[in-house]
Amino acid sequence: MNLPRKKFPFWQQHWLGLLLLATALLAVPFVAAMGGQAWVRIANFAILYVFLALGLNIVVGYAGLLDLGYVAFYAVGAYAYALLASPHFGIHLPFWVILPFGAALACLFGVLLGAPTLKLRGDYLAIVTLGFGEIIRIFMNNLNAPINVTNGAQGITLIDPIRIGDFSFSQTSTILGVTLSGPQKYYFLLVALAILVIVVNMRLQDSRIGRAWQAIREDEVAAKACGINTRNIKLLAFAMGASFGGIAGGVFAAMQGFVSPESFSLMESITILAMVVLGGMGHIPGVILGAVLLTALPEALRYGIEPIQQAAFGRMIIDPESLRMLVFGLALVLVMRFRPAGLWPSSLRRRELAEATD
Amino acid sequence: MDTLLQQLINGLTLGAVYALVALGYTMVYGIIGLINFAHGEVVMIGTMVAFTVIVSLAGSGMPPLLILGIGLLVAVLACMILGWALERVAYRPLRHAPRLTPLITAIGMSIVLQNVAMIIWGRNYITFPPMINKEIFEVGGASFTNVQVAIVCLAALVMLGLTYLVQRTRIGMAMRATAQNPHVALLMGVDINRVIAMAFIIGSALGALAGCMVGSYYEIAHYQMGFMLGLKAFTAAVLGGIGNMAGAMAGGLLLGIIEALGAGYIGDLTGDFLGSHYQDIFAFVVLIIVLMFRPSGLFGERTGDRA
Repeated sequence: MNLPRKKFPFWQQHWLGLLLLATALLAVPFVAAMGGQAWVRIANFAILYVFLALGLNIVVGYAGLLDLGYVAFYAVGAYAYALLASPHFGIHLPFWVILPFGAALACLFGVLLGAPTLKLRGDYLAIVTLGFGEIIRIFMNNLNAPINVTNGAQGITLIDPIRIGDFSFSQTSTILGVTLSGPQKYYFLLVALAILVIVVNMRLQDSRIGRAWQAIREDEVAAKACGINTRNIKLLAFAMGASFGGIAGGVFAAMQGFVSPESFSLMESITILAMVVLGGMGHIPGVILGAVLLTALPEALRYGIEPIQQAAFGRMIIDPESLRMLVFGLALVLVMRFRPAGLWPSSLRRRELAEATD
Repeated sequence: MDTLLQQLINGLTLGAVYALVALGYTMVYGIIGLINFAHGEVVMIGTMVAFTVIVSLAGSGMPPLLILGIGLLVAVLACMILGWALERVAYRPLRHAPRLTPLITAIGMSIVLQNVAMIIWGRNYITFPPMINKEIFEVGGASFTNVQVAIVCLAALVMLGLTYLVQRTRIGMAMRATAQNPHVALLMGVDINRVIAMAFIIGSALGALAGCMVGSYYEIAHYQMGFMLGLKAFTAAVLGGIGNMAGAMAGGLLLGIIEALGAGYIGDLTGDFLGSHYQDIFAFVVLIIVLMFRPSGLFGERTGDRA
């Protein structure tokens, strides 16, 4: 009796796990709020980074294009939002106009970057994307004279929060008897966006486009020989990753109410890349894990290092800020040393790696 | 005209430093195909070590040139050990790992080194004690110092020496063989591990030298100085065709000159719309334009189509 097994949709196979996950996600902002609103903000940033890392995962994980300037698109989205919804130019457009606009603008930048770099391979691409990110940052830092566009290093303040009618995401309000603070409301918005990007990632992975990306990643010449339009498919990867970066940037600007070039340094790009690689490139749960861990670890260290030093030596011996980064760097090295394919790689990757070492 | 000459001289000095750092990137890349992101930090550590040695010897009554020499020597030795240790700890265990894995460990090591430097030397700018009495020469309306002359001459000497090492000695031949094909080199009796370690050690020594040059040129050092310097030098290496040593030297000089000229003329070119604080953009704009037309850099060979 070999009846073909009926393939259930994803949500039917994993309904119990998904239910538990949903409950946990619902509980997070309330549990975190017990420790203070700062923890809710940390949770928000973790989800924002999940969003960013999954966007970069399309470019690096699926298409295999090493992008070290991803933060440029994040910056474009953030500045688009900041300029169109703040007193800086006196323009106050609603978010549902700006977010798509920011995404489209970032997408355009993605194509602008992608088009001249199509011929480049591997590490040449990496350095060009890195340079592109730096160019964007330098312009943001200096475009305050002769015409003040970005307000230079001071950045743009008093950015409008996301607002639907009278419902503002920045104030505390009570909905159906539950009191929600500003950060908690953003949390739910971010979770919704993250679910969107996860669904897009999952659907892309097994689509025609996703398989084309995979083919390009493994061998570009063979992919071309199989009839894949490598130019368009690579541009599509850049454009899609960039759009997600743009949306994340817009939400970041609205949530913070403030943007400055400092938030978009090369280190930021590198951190996002580290999330993707450390978690397990091209594997959605891995990337999510990487993003959450690398956001949470520095914060946990921030709260952990001072008391430990106090307890051990009775005073602060080493500047906690640099010790925190030191531990962060060491963690990157150690994780990659002992789990070269990432913390949670896809089964396919693990098999490839095992074959390669034989 | 005098601006042109002046900027050319400044560019040449800066370019010599970029070229030395770029050689460190390109040697490692040529042999194992890894972007050693921590190399900029090695340069920074070199500067800092030289600074400490020079400051602690400054009151001892030794002749200043001797002190400078000792500082240089100690910095070079320290960086050689550091380079060797980096390869041993962070890269050797990952030689057969996926391509991006050693990139992340390199970034991790870079963060570690930066923060170790900050813990040791503090987060403020430190002034490099001037050990050479500055003399200023004037030629055709442009001026330059004896420090600049020393930097350019020393860099040229070191590059000549390195070329000799790679082209004429046994270890150089082993390096070239490994770069061409590590498996065949292994079959021919080349000790691959030793060759790779040598590439790191030599690269780090060059980096330390470059670090001391930057220190005595700008007379200032900072724990984050390695980052931008490394980035520019890496850009120079890619510009020349990464993995190609002559390319790294040419790319470094070219980048230094382009940057200096750019900083000098950007105001005139754009009608004062863009000022000289856009200097850092030149390196990257030139890089993007060059790679558009020559995807493997100026002197790079066309590599196979598999990334």
